[in-house]
Amino acid sequence: MKRERIYGIMAEFDSAQALIDAAKRTHEAGYNKIDAYSPFPIEGLAEELGFHRDEVPLVVLIGGIIGGLTGYLMQYWMSAVDYPLNIGGKPYHSWPAFIVITFEMTILFAGIFAVFGMLALNGLPMPYHPVFNVPRFALASKDRFFLIVFSSDPKYDPAGTRGFLAGLQPRSISEVPS
Amino acid sequence: MDEQYKITANAQEAPVIGPGYTFGTVTEKISAIVLTRPASNGWFVGFGIAFLMTMMMLYAIGYLVLKGIGIWGVTIPIGWGFAIVNFVWWIGIGHAGTLISAILLLLRQSWRNSINRFAEAMTLFAVACAGIFPAIHVGRPWLAYWLFPYPSTMGVWPQFRSPLMWDVFAVSTYATISALFWFIGLIPDMATLRDRAQHPATRIIYGMLSLGWRGSARHWHRYETAYLLLAGLATPLVLSVHTVVSFDFAVGIVPGWHTTIFPPYFVAGAIYSGFAMVLMLAIPIRKIYGLEDFITERHLQNAAKVMLATGLIVAYGYGIEAFMGWYSGDRYDAFTLWNRLHGPYAIPYWALLICNIFIPQVLWVRKLRTSPVALFFISGVILVGMWLERFIIVVVSLHRDFLTSSWGMYYPTRWDWMTYFGTIGMFLAAIFLFVRLLPMISIFEMRTLLPEAEVKE
Repeated sequence: MKRERIYGIMAEFDSAQALIDAAKRTHEAGYNKIDAYSPFPIEGLAEELGFHRDEVPLVVLIGGIIGGLTGYLMQYWMSAVDYPLNIGGKPYHSWPAFIVITFEMTILFAGIFAVFGMLALNGLPMPYHPVFNVPRFALASKDRFFLIVFSSDPKYDPAGTRGFLAGLQPRSISEVPS
Repeated sequence: MDEQYKITANAQEAPVIGPGYTFGTVTEKISAIVLTRPASNGWFVGFGIAFLMTMMMLYAIGYLVLKGIGIWGVTIPIGWGFAIVNFVWWIGIGHAGTLISAILLLLRQSWRNSINRFAEAMTLFAVACAGIFPAIHVGRPWLAYWLFPYPSTMGVWPQFRSPLMWDVFAVSTYATISALFWFIGLIPDMATLRDRAQHPATRIIYGMLSLGWRGSARHWHRYETAYLLLAGLATPLVLSVHTVVSFDFAVGIVPGWHTTIFPPYFVAGAIYSGFAMVLMLAIPIRKIYGLEDFITERHLQNAAKVMLATGLIVAYGYGIEAFMGWYSGDRYDAFTLWNRLHGPYAIPYWALLICNIFIPQVLWVRKLRTSPVALFFISGVILVGMWLERFIIVVVSLHRDFLTSSWGMYYPTRWDWMTYFGTIGMFLAAIFLFVRLLPMISIFEMRTLLPEAEVKE
């Protein structure tokens, strides 16, 4: 038995402006589980979709704090606690000399947290995703702009949502099989 | 995109991107170089030569491991020699890539969008070349990992009060962050290549590298935040790296090293040589691959202006060194100055002044700033000059210090030269592979420069 579940309905637009207007109207129409795809970042588009909490800065801050503490405490423990060595009569805990490595470790950890935190929050890597089932979606990485209403949206109904999207004058509309 | 960004992108006379391009044509033009354009005979010849030079480097290093660093010209008092000269030279070259990708991003210089990708690649490859030298210079390269603080059966830890140890952390952090920055910049373009690729194997490889990027607006939002924060982190990092490299010298008491001007003047010199390398790569590449519409006259001019400015800072550094030689009243400092001008290494010193200070002044002439051929040669001169600068700093300071009884001379051997030219080969081989396998211009950032990318709220 062939039972095809629908992941969502996708509309294709020609320009960044058309997509941002469509996203705004769809969100205003009460759809919440929606997403938009574009070949380059569009300022303000995510906000139109109701996205307001970007946790990346917090993740980077945490990474930086962990890195800085690790760098400093590592040097303190190794030089002053675990194996104190007299180097040119300098104090074991010679903090000014520890600043450089503390700084480098702060940057290193913050940078690693930025990259991998961003990927994790985005749920990447994810080689397969239902939107790739739409053949025209290959253009999303070139010059086309897509808006999708997920079937999990409470307001979703196959015919009504399709009709609503058609009212936004897209270039094409396709169903995304799950 | 805010107002300021648009102004820098559109309002100046020389465009950052040629007229008449659309999202589609920009995408096609850049991705075609990787996906459909056959490799020319010239590419094979160039790559072949670079590959042979890489093999020469491996041979020289292999012999070094067998015989020890006695095969080099280093002897006491000149214990640092070519290895450190080349290390500083390469790491300095890398700095322009980070400057272009991070600092110019923060300054909203949108012209950077067409040169940041390969400038970052240049950074990575230059840091890879730089990293070879300290590792093989330690004498027993198979124990180079002792530099890192790992719990060993010996129970001891590295000496964190030494600038050499700071350098280990600065350079390895720099290499890691540069690689990450480069990689996340590539992710959306990998998705473009995945969607354009005809061959299934190509599609799978680029698909894996793209991590399944699909251009979701939420993803873009976090992506841009992470990219911007990474740029903000890379900016102090890049300034710190050459500062720390200069500490390797400045913290020592050797005359000619022990000076506070070193950190800023090293950073300026790094950017100076790095932009020279960017131009030496960009000028032939834009010609061969027909990218004059993306890497325009404006890019060449801006790079030339950066070189002119940083070159003047470097000249100021030389001036202060000479002034302090006289003003400090320290006879050893004064002698270092005299020794540079009249000693056995006077010829490299005068050549350095000619290459780094006198010849680059022609960049004041607008016509030369916009002439690719002239810029290519001036950049070559600057690269030679910056290499000589590091040679003067390392060798001339060490060879005659406080006691005449401990003076000596340094003569590089053929192994020194083979290793040095070998790393140039390795660098070029990596560049040759890069332009064929990855989009050398950031496609998605180029799209944002097009007029059709503009949206109003």
